[in-house]
Amino acid sequence: MASTPDPRTASSAHAKRTFHPSMLLYDQRYRSITIQIFALFVLMLSAAWLIDNVINNLRLAGRTFSFGFLSQSAGYDINQRPIEYTSQSSHGRAALVGFINTIILAILGCVLATIVGVLAGVLRLSKNWIVSRLVTVYVEIFRNIPTLIWILIFGAVMAESMPAPSSFRGDDPASSMLFDAIAITNRGIYVPSIMFTTELGALPLGPVAPSLNWILVLGVIIAGIFANAALIRHATRVQNATGVRPKTWWKSILILFLPVIVIFIALGAHLEYPELRGFNFAGGTHLRNSFLAMWLGLGFYTGAFIAEIVRGGILAISKGQSEAAFALGLQPGKTMRLVILPQALRVIIPPLISQYLNLTKNTSLGLAVGYMDLRSTLGGITINQTGRELEGMLLLMGVYLAISLTISGLMNVYNSRVKLKER
Amino acid sequence: MKKTVFVGAFAATALVSGLAHAQSTLEQVQSRGELICGSNTGQAGFGAPDANGVWQGFDVGFCRALAAAVLGDSNAVSFVPLTSQTRFSALNSGEVDVLARNTTWTFVRDVDLSMTFVGTNYYDGQGFMVTRDLGVSSALELDGATVCIETGTTTELNLADYFRVNGMSYEPVPVDTAAEAQQQYLAGACDVYTTDVSALASSRASFAEPGDHVILPEVVSKEPLGPVVRHGDDQWADIVQWTLFALIAAEELGVTSANVEELKAGSNNPEINRLLGTEGGLGSMFGLDDDWAARAIAAVGNYGELFASTIGDQTPIGLARGLNAQWTQGGLLYAPPFR
Ligand SMILES: N[C@@H](CCC(=O)N[C@@H](CS)C(=O)NCC(=O)O)C(=O)O
Repeated sequence: MASTPDPRTASSAHAKRTFHPSMLLYDQRYRSITIQIFALFVLMLSAAWLIDNVINNLRLAGRTFSFGFLSQSAGYDINQRPIEYTSQSSHGRAALVGFINTIILAILGCVLATIVGVLAGVLRLSKNWIVSRLVTVYVEIFRNIPTLIWILIFGAVMAESMPAPSSFRGDDPASSMLFDAIAITNRGIYVPSIMFTTELGALPLGPVAPSLNWILVLGVIIAGIFANAALIRHATRVQNATGVRPKTWWKSILILFLPVIVIFIALGAHLEYPELRGFNFAGGTHLRNSFLAMWLGLGFYTGAFIAEIVRGGILAISKGQSEAAFALGLQPGKTMRLVILPQALRVIIPPLISQYLNLTKNTSLGLAVGYMDLRSTLGGITINQTGRELEGMLLLMGVYLAISLTISGLMNVYNSRVKLKER
Repeated sequence: MKKTVFVGAFAATALVSGLAHAQSTLEQVQSRGELICGSNTGQAGFGAPDANGVWQGFDVGFCRALAAAVLGDSNAVSFVPLTSQTRFSALNSGEVDVLARNTTWTFVRDVDLSMTFVGTNYYDGQGFMVTRDLGVSSALELDGATVCIETGTTTELNLADYFRVNGMSYEPVPVDTAAEAQQQYLAGACDVYTTDVSALASSRASFAEPGDHVILPEVVSKEPLGPVVRHGDDQWADIVQWTLFALIAAEELGVTSANVEELKAGSNNPEINRLLGTEGGLGSMFGLDDDWAARAIAAVGNYGELFASTIGDQTPIGLARGLNAQWTQGGLLYAPPFR
């Protein structure tokens, strides 16, 4: 070090030509690069060390790294099976069942959270003192108690305070079904389900094979929504050209509902009611305690956050906007719908995305109440029965990462459509 | 200067990886001065803290005997409550030195999960418990029932097999701990609680009205439960294994916690002398002193004493010896010779 020239002289005018290694550290132009390269090097070293350690430890324990277990038979049963599954199916299929259960919960949870959140957010701004106080209490209670606790509370309330199926039995049962159709028990809620007399079969879509009937229904609904959107665009065009908006409501109803009704009738749709058989209710759709606890827990918990986001979004729009709208003679409802909300959405959507992501990731708490999501099947029982922690966890991480990236990708597309266009 | 940083970084890395290369489990336990034992989260009679927070039970007693053998102090144990799901990772990652938690010895666990099962301290089987007012007298009447099961157990696999083979269906309610299972079962959220019969008996004993619950006669599996250690440390596996054999042999040879001090002075039975270390120098062969077994027996009693004081028919759990009697009494307990 003694022989190195003083770094201050090195950075003088002719420094460009005379480069000396010590400048890597003492010359500001190079220092940050040096540090970055060094940091990268350390990072790679530690990664290499970790991987090496894993390989070594696996070898020491006499273990291999392989995903072969996914094709072996799982051996355990799953209660909520959106697709065909038995204990003889493979671990891979068990993981797929778990994945679908995760998606079901995430979608229904986001829907519930959005409805609850938007309602609560708007109502919290209500001029009615009691309403706004009540909503404040809801928001504060749910935001300040961890989501896991809420899930456990909902689960415990269902299991402890609802009647057992056996109390529906007998000539003078202690409990009876709601509208003769819905049974609320300590094992969940049984609701009627829609069945078809004409089965079109299943779409041969590899392992999932969804029913063609439902795909048809879904297709008709989506087509109706698009047709309706076209109708409304047309009405707006007429309004812009002539100043008179043609009546659309009955056409909308026709477009949206008639084709669905026709399809249902054509396929012979009817309701199947739950009925007491043996130990439990059979028939209908069984919304299990585990599902209800997760759905309500996640929905109301996340809803409280969304309420705050919505309220913040609305408050962020300056008062002048609504005053201007009122001055134009718009009623409060229309002001909210046409002036305030479209602008508030720009503020609301980015934090909303992260709430959706949170909810989706929180579905992995399912294990706590025995909801058979991906974490409980692949990441729980499968890992436990096969001992493939590393492989299972890597898969789990990959899947959750993919789900999260997909959600934020879709929401970002939506966001860029509603955000302020700078022309 | 950069060079020094590099040398430093390398030294640090090398140090950390050096630490990762383990001492033997015995050395670790001895230098820590404490045994870490993976236990139940709470199963009365087998492993649960009492009113004073002191862990008690049949499996807990085994860990205390082991601590007495290795460290000379049956209280030098800390108990880590583990669920069925977490137990094997906890053992594999070195969080606990030994697992004594009604764990069934199976091929996959032994071979594929690379555990070492040192023996069986309780021969068990899976059973079903229902409330008396359900009016069920056989497991074959359970078609369509809702069943509470702990996940990550042999129980859930046996259950799936049993119902499938008998052409019955059921609705599984997966739970994480015994406490949760009991809560769901008592709330009536499941009709049936299934697990090892010993655990059913222990759960039933903890209920407010044990008489309202029946354990059905069918035993649908073999569940040899025993202590488990990590694969790859034979010395430690030997110590754990022979501590179990010492307790079993002590009962066979009539050595009890009451007479062990007296017999240690020497007896005319050479097998007892070798067990208690007055002859043969067995303990030093696996790195302990020769009094190891005497200390274990003095701490918790022999197998029969431990059984009687924790789960035997004089306790609320009330289990009969059954298969867990000495081979000389028609049971399966059989310790290899101490020589
Ligand atoms: N022997 C079975 C079942 C062991 C097991 O975990 N049993 C539960 C059922 S009660 C238990 O003891 N739980 C105690 C706890 O959760 O702390 C196995 O090894 O898989």
